[in-house]
Amino acid sequence: MSPISRGFTGRRRPADDPSRLPPGQYSERGFPVLSAGPTPHTPLDEWSFLIDGVVEAPVSWPWEEFLGLPAETVTVDIHCVTKWSKLDTTWKGVSVDTLLEGVETPAAYLTAWSDGGYTTNVALEDVTGGKAWVAYEYDGEPLEPEHGGPARLLVPHLYFWKSAKWVRGLTLTLDDEPGFWETYGYHNRGDPWLEQRYQGD
Amino acid sequence: MAELVPETARVTSLVLDLPGWPGHRAGQHVDVRLTAEDGYQAQRSYSIASAPEDEHVVLTVERLQDGEVSPYLVDVLRAGDELELRGPIGGYFVWEESLGGPLVLIGGGSGVVPLRSMLRHWVTTSRAVPVRLLYSSRSWNEVIYRDELVGYSAAHARADVRFALTREWPQGFTGHTGRITRELLADVAGAPDGRPIIYVCGPTGFVEAAAEWLVELGHAPGRIRTERFGPTGS
Repeated sequence: MSPISRGFTGRRRPADDPSRLPPGQYSERGFPVLSAGPTPHTPLDEWSFLIDGVVEAPVSWPWEEFLGLPAETVTVDIHCVTKWSKLDTTWKGVSVDTLLEGVETPAAYLTAWSDGGYTTNVALEDVTGGKAWVAYEYDGEPLEPEHGGPARLLVPHLYFWKSAKWVRGLTLTLDDEPGFWETYGYHNRGDPWLEQRYQGD
Repeated sequence: MAELVPETARVTSLVLDLPGWPGHRAGQHVDVRLTAEDGYQAQRSYSIASAPEDEHVVLTVERLQDGEVSPYLVDVLRAGDELELRGPIGGYFVWEESLGGPLVLIGGGSGVVPLRSMLRHWVTTSRAVPVRLLYSSRSWNEVIYRDELVGYSAAHARADVRFALTREWPQGFTGHTGRITRELLADVAGAPDGRPIIYVCGPTGFVEAAAEWLVELGHAPGRIRTERFGPTGS
């Protein structure tokens, strides 16, 4: 039980639909930026997206080919572990289902890796079945570098650190291998509705 | 809550008595959770301002104009009140003795808070390691921990604390005036082949600019650790 904070009433925003805010989150109108290091700037002619790991044959797409893949536009709510949520964000990108089409793998997990060295792990079932995208547009514009452009993973049903900025590939794995924040004490799965913020939640 | 210490007009330090506190590393933060009588809760993260060696855990809070939690912490909370918090949290934006140096700290506004924890930790463990702090603030009156920070340069041969003031500065101020520049960062961070470990904390635009310049100057991205706060404004 939490102690009552004497004199605290809070500042509830009537516009926020409580059913869309996971426990402990507040609704943010801006789009805060969080990352552990400098923003990488990879020229698009050096950019490619790679599926590798325990696969029969790795697949990769250079930027122009990646843009040619069937794309989807989705409007989703996103939830950052630092407590802000942003409702109704619109993204365009390629579904992870599309990227994994025709990929033969016994993997149950994958590690998303990024320019700059960032990694994050997710279960395959958390990014397939229409649940995740590699997004390159936000709100109808090319995704800005500070928000993860040219492309970032988008896994809106998990805390946003799973939506790796500057993503360059997905490495399929048999075992679950903790990524960057997951080794620094954050939860391995990160379901905002279960408030899985930190290890032990 | 043991004590409230006003730092500047908008910034207050909360000195906490935490029985059972497991200890922390310099640079980590805590989650503070407030609960209203009807059960409504709000939580936010705050950097720890004290060193692991300090007797009390101290949080330094800037009162945000439209904030929900910070105005309560700064204006309503009193000594003796209970505060629910969780932590320490975060393991990357952390400096400890084993990471060595040279240690370069770049702070904007209240982004200086975790850097101050690192400086205090440096004083007790690592005075042989060169440390430089560049702290950008709007004005001299808004410099948090001013006397303490000024004192480091005077007291320690290997400490170099510099200020940049962006809006107003007192007569005779010898630091940098205006926003930080690439040249200033080049000077503070030193040569890239010195392999400094660099911590940058502040508002997003400040951190973006500083980190980008440091990379352009030749510092390894893996040696630059950042922490950002605030919306992007877009």
